[in-house]
Amino acid sequence: MTAPIATNQTILVVGGGISGLTAALEAAECGKQVILVEKTPALGGRTAQLYRYFPKMCHPTCGLEINLKRIKGNPNVKVMTMTEVTAVAGSRGDYAVTLKVSPRFVNESCTACGECAKAVQSEVADAFNYGLAKVKAAYLPHAMAYPQRYVIDPSIVGTAEGEAAKAACKYGAVDLGMKEETVQLNVGAVIWATGWRPFDANRIQPYGYDRYANVITSVEFERLADPHGPTGGKLLRPSDGKEAKNIAFIQCAGSRDENYLRHCSRICCMATLKQTQYVREACGDGGKSTVYYIDIRAIDRFEDFYQNVQKDATVSFVKSKVARIAENKDNGNPVLHGVDTEGYHRYAVEHDLVVLAVGMEPEVTGLREQGGLPADIIQDSSNFIEGSKDGGMFGAGAASSPLDVNRAVQSATAASLKAIQVIHKTASTEAA
Amino acid sequence: MTTANQNALAKYKNNFLKEVEANVEDGHWVKMCMQCGVCAGSCPLGPHWEHSPQKLFMMIRAGKREEVLGSDSMWMCTSCYNCIVRCPRKLPITHIMHGLANYAHRLDLAPKGQPTRDIAKLFWDNLAKTGRVNELKFSLAMYFKDGFGQGVKNAMAMQATGLGLLKAKRLNPMEIIGGHKCKDISGIKKMIAKAREIEDRRRGLA
Repeated sequence: MTAPIATNQTILVVGGGISGLTAALEAAECGKQVILVEKTPALGGRTAQLYRYFPKMCHPTCGLEINLKRIKGNPNVKVMTMTEVTAVAGSRGDYAVTLKVSPRFVNESCTACGECAKAVQSEVADAFNYGLAKVKAAYLPHAMAYPQRYVIDPSIVGTAEGEAAKAACKYGAVDLGMKEETVQLNVGAVIWATGWRPFDANRIQPYGYDRYANVITSVEFERLADPHGPTGGKLLRPSDGKEAKNIAFIQCAGSRDENYLRHCSRICCMATLKQTQYVREACGDGGKSTVYYIDIRAIDRFEDFYQNVQKDATVSFVKSKVARIAENKDNGNPVLHGVDTEGYHRYAVEHDLVVLAVGMEPEVTGLREQGGLPADIIQDSSNFIEGSKDGGMFGAGAASSPLDVNRAVQSATAASLKAIQVIHKTASTEAA
Repeated sequence: MTTANQNALAKYKNNFLKEVEANVEDGHWVKMCMQCGVCAGSCPLGPHWEHSPQKLFMMIRAGKREEVLGSDSMWMCTSCYNCIVRCPRKLPITHIMHGLANYAHRLDLAPKGQPTRDIAKLFWDNLAKTGRVNELKFSLAMYFKDGFGQGVKNAMAMQATGLGLLKAKRLNPMEIIGGHKCKDISGIKKMIAKAREIEDRRRGLA
């Protein structure tokens, strides 16, 4: 591929989730040149992996579709997928950025017809479904993927299967000769919209996420509830495929804990309140959600959402951080042990399925140590990006703070404005 | 009531949290507890004692002085450190439990006849005499702590173990007369007295 044209009047946005999309669009619609780089093969990030948003319970397809349409129609934005930033040199107004572009093995001629997938038998873990399912080694990342282009997994390149995928393509879109590329760019400002990742639940040993099949994370539960997910929207538990009706939600799984994440991840209470309504949607009055919590923090204006869930007879609340989970070997049910704070009663309660409301960890955690984050970037004690010492790089969305989609969009718009100011200052300095 | 107890009551009035913060080892951590309950649920002895750490911390804040210092719960702590490891706010819970037990003991509000307290007292008296622990005398003192008759019964029950230790040369019967000791016993005693004096002054127990 050819490197896009970029100057010190260009804004680089790192990350193509809801924050990166927003930041890129706001700047581009102000007439600025923007390069949007995304690590995975498609835009949308973790927002695309949600079943519904709170508080209106609408589907992410809606918000994303509008943004993708804006992207498609705006010549000021150049999108680069499967691309990572490997180095940033220079300073505000004049950065030299090095990008690594991984091969997709499919070029722009792809029509997303799916013939290559039919020609391939091998399967790989489905990242879009958090590994709950498998996809063919020639795959479309998800139904709404932008760009609408297939990806050939590197594992079949150089095999007969790779050749079969190539032969099946009527448009000559499969290019098995693609190589990893390094691209150098000059940009004036950088917006880090690198987002978040779910905290590694394996580290919370007393909860046995690594040992018990029926202990899952909140992001996995989103995929179970989604009709496009691996279970077709049925809440089937992993151990035996039985429909889960009595579901426990454990709050602060990793968050507000000096041993794991010291910050409050802010969104998990609302996410769990939302997910109790997935249980109601799937099981009606026969469902049962139990929320184990330290404090319910329904952020901002969402107290009414909490109050409505409290009125729901299928949802109950236990003020207690669960101490540990065991497993009933006979039926695979997780058994929650702890002591509740309202009366100090010791409990041992069995549920069909446990959902850990895992905390938000910045995706850039650990990246500085690997040299992947410029030394100039300032991070807080939880690794969220505060900005840069030279004032030319900004954090946006969940990279800057644990935020829900709504607030991530606000944060991204603010970051975009700051980046535009840098570009303007650079231009006026040069003119003078 | 001991003078130390009267002094503490007069000094802190109804502010028991302040008293704990000033006088109990690591007591200043108590206010950091967010009442999540993980310590209570993680304690292996949890079901067997009345007040979990979580509950004790809330009682301290609620000013329940008599109940807290008279509780036998902190004496039940086996120092497994499960609570410290899991506490999301990294409270040194085990240390606070020991601190509370020690403070209650110094004010003489700790429960009478609490076995852990009795053993701790015997151990200390044994150690402070010569600067070395005399295991034979300590075991005998344990056997006979509830009277002569019970002591004989205890000794008979432990006969096989005692003889086994003797055979393995892990128990020296000659320890009954004097026993091994530090070279400078009076120096050790002075050191202990000085440490006690400093501690008492700091905690207002003098």
